[in-house]
Amino acid sequence: MSPYELIVAPFTEFEFMRRAVVGVFALALGAGPLGTFLMLRRMSLTGDAMAHAILPGAAIGFLLAGLNLYAMSIGGLAAGLLVAVGAGVVARATELKEDASLAAFYLISLALGVLIVSLRGSNVDLLHVLFGTVLGIDDPTLLLISGITTVTLITLAVIWRPLVMDCVDPTFLASVSRSGGISHIAFLALVVLNLVGGFHALGTLLAVGLMMLPAATSRFFVRDLSALVGLSTLVAFLSGVVGLLVSYHLGTPSGPSIILVAGIAYGFAVIFGPAGGVLSRLAPGRHLEA
Amino acid sequence: MSAQISFRNLTLGYERHPAIHHLSGEVETGALLAVCGPNGAGKSTLLKGICGALRPLGGSIDLNGIAPRDIAYLPQGAELDRSFPIHVFDLVAMGLWRKAGLFGGIGRRDRDRIEEAIATVGLQGFEDRPIGTLSGGQMQRTLFARLLLQDARLILLDEPFTALDAATTADLLDLVRRWHGEERTVLAVLHDFDMVREAFPQTLLLARRAIAWGPTCDALAPERLLEARRMGEAWREDAPSCEAAA
Repeated sequence: MSPYELIVAPFTEFEFMRRAVVGVFALALGAGPLGTFLMLRRMSLTGDAMAHAILPGAAIGFLLAGLNLYAMSIGGLAAGLLVAVGAGVVARATELKEDASLAAFYLISLALGVLIVSLRGSNVDLLHVLFGTVLGIDDPTLLLISGITTVTLITLAVIWRPLVMDCVDPTFLASVSRSGGISHIAFLALVVLNLVGGFHALGTLLAVGLMMLPAATSRFFVRDLSALVGLSTLVAFLSGVVGLLVSYHLGTPSGPSIILVAGIAYGFAVIFGPAGGVLSRLAPGRHLEA
Repeated sequence: MSAQISFRNLTLGYERHPAIHHLSGEVETGALLAVCGPNGAGKSTLLKGICGALRPLGGSIDLNGIAPRDIAYLPQGAELDRSFPIHVFDLVAMGLWRKAGLFGGIGRRDRDRIEEAIATVGLQGFEDRPIGTLSGGQMQRTLFARLLLQDARLILLDEPFTALDAATTADLLDLVRRWHGEERTVLAVLHDFDMVREAFPQTLLLARRAIAWGPTCDALAPERLLEARRMGEAWREDAPSCEAAA
């Protein structure tokens, strides 16, 4: 098989592959910065909790309207935002820490979703919600994902300054401005929005993977915030493209393939990463003069 | 002299338990006031109350025309995430928030001011250092550079010199003196009585209430300090409601 047949031909020959690569590109643009901030704020598992939180909302949408893009998106969005905002408000207004309040909210949401599904007694095929169908992305889905990415990038540009300050020195930001709480909740809302966009392609549970794995990978190569965001986005996009090709050639499901490629990049970074990877710690080289 | 801060029968505390009990008095505009007292006397609580981070349980604090946003507040052992990948320059630049806000650009003149502030605290050449690589003293110098840029009329410092060496303390104390010379009002929580006697004309000796408040030599007289040490750290779950609160 020539390199052309291996890498280029699948995209030139099949429209569904071209759609998939555009979808993955849009997802990566949002996942890069969001994953970086989730990691830097030590909220890596928050993304996972959010993914569980939107699952019942999407399932309810599916129950009511079938495999309808908008019903499932709105359901997932509503459930996710409810959990994100509720947990954020409880954490800021009471003494309970963010992780505990988030766990409480998403577990309630998950249990409620499962209960509603079982009450309906319908044998719902949730495989689509769980694992997505990146190769089945149609025009409306592509527009939804691109729209979400656009909103994400604009919102991030608006809240960037308070978001960074809230990460570094929340006490200081609180002493000069009230924007810390707002930017935090806006950030959580963006995470939910992107997970909803991601679940059509990758499924709720794997959508987090496109945020966290590239961010964790980049941390082993660069230390600067802007570089982290840029590299995370690039790793997410390349994982998507390579994962799609693996899926195409080997006939594996696309979502898990993409995330596993990102996982391989992560494993490589853990071992060979110059910024604190295993090898750089085992053999740091001679110490410097100053 | 007009008053910058007026405390009126102020009670501050946590979960209805007072840490400061019925404090009244005034801090004059341009005062350089040391806040002293044993651990648990309510010193940090008082600063939190002034900057608005803590709501009074009773009484009031009047800032006489200064908004809480116009106060520069350096908390004790500032809770910074030092692992966050940001440079000294950017951390100091946060001091321009009041001017730049959410979107305001940082122009050429602002960059000059930031670099000047970094130079003033003796950190030239550190602009591009990640904050995670700074020593304790360098971090405190960075935070003072940020205070410089905040250009606030009222400056609150909570144990600003704790765990610093003599040279760093002297440099930063010079900045405090400079702020005093510019007629800014400065309140500093301190434990080093020798430094207070040398550099701070006014002292408030706290032990949940004001034991003494006035010229430092009177406030830190031996019998006053003895009285402050007798303060019980009385947090009792079954404490009755304070009658004077009514």
